[in-house]
Amino acid sequence: MTKILLRKRVVTVEHIFHEGGPPPAQPLLRAACISVIANPFAGRYVEEIAAFMKTLEPLGLEMAEALVQALGGDARAVEGYGKGAIVGAAGELEHGALWHVPGGYAMRAVLGDARAIVPSAKKVGGLGARLDVPVTHINASYVRSHFDAMEVGVADAPRADELALVLVMTTGPRIHARVGGLAAADIRGEDGLR
Amino acid sequence: MIEPGLRKLVTLLDEVRAEMGQPVDPPRRRAVAIAVIANPCAGSYEADLASLSEIGARLGALLTAQALAALGLPPERVESFGKGAIVGEAGEVEHAAAIPHPKLGAPMRAALGGGAALVPSAKKRGGLGCALDLPLGHRDAADLPSHLDAMEVRVADAPRAGEILVAVGLAAGPRPLARGDRRLAEAEPLGSKG
Repeated sequence: MTKILLRKRVVTVEHIFHEGGPPPAQPLLRAACISVIANPFAGRYVEEIAAFMKTLEPLGLEMAEALVQALGGDARAVEGYGKGAIVGAAGELEHGALWHVPGGYAMRAVLGDARAIVPSAKKVGGLGARLDVPVTHINASYVRSHFDAMEVGVADAPRADELALVLVMTTGPRIHARVGGLAAADIRGEDGLR
Repeated sequence: MIEPGLRKLVTLLDEVRAEMGQPVDPPRRRAVAIAVIANPCAGSYEADLASLSEIGARLGALLTAQALAALGLPPERVESFGKGAIVGEAGEVEHAAAIPHPKLGAPMRAALGGGAALVPSAKKRGGLGCALDLPLGHRDAADLPSHLDAMEVRVADAPRAGEILVAVGLAAGPRPLARGDRRLAEAEPLGSKG
């Protein structure tokens, strides 16, 4: 099994107090953790890549735990999540898809009974490429107040033979959410959707 | 709210564990804290910028504390520092200078427990998502070669036209694998000059 070669880790935390409207009692927190690792499949076509997903599991767990810490240390405060990957130029988009299973597994393991699919985005990009990581409610994908996205990127990554793997967690709805739809209080919690 | 006019606060931890296949041990940590605040002088010419300097004094303490928390290390481990600002399009570069320059450094040094050197800085006018290369230098010897560095910072949704983005950066060590300057071998003991 290929080893993980971690070059750098970046953790970003945003405290959003308001966006021109009345500030809520608690600011919205959004955090992203990005790991820049060597892409073991860069530079050539490799047919069998799926085993690397298992290798990525401990990295995902470390990142998910780092995010909970960055948001104050209580996993129960986390209401939204998302994930993503930027593949360096010598890799293929499919290498980014390797992050789906371990990234989602890690966040569910750390957050407990999260029901909803973890929304994701991936792309091939150069150094400093920005990725809009989609975010939805952890228990019901249709909760409209929690539809969000967080732009992430690392100035010096990914190099051509690297992968930038991303997890995002948030503590609540958009700061002045008021466009209706399914409310978090009305989640039925049966299917991860509503 | 912790600072009047504060819309958001962003922290970022950047930890390098390897470079060019060589381990960086201990990992080199840098952190930045960024405030996005309303620019009270936006939209018209103001002769007196004292209101901005007072904001700078308060942000010096707030941002240094936030950057230290993100760094996760005690103040005595901080080896280098830097500061910067981006003023939105309805302001002047002079507004961006009035915040970091006259009064931000003293509370920053107080929080760090010293710092004899000039705090290197950068300022510019820019739009949403504008990147700023925040210079970093050793806190006791501004020209110590191993610690001359820069850290690219940005906030995707700031500064709006009537806002200013203010950043304080801290680093806990030299550049990863620092060795590129012959003066490295000849560097004078720290604290001998500012």
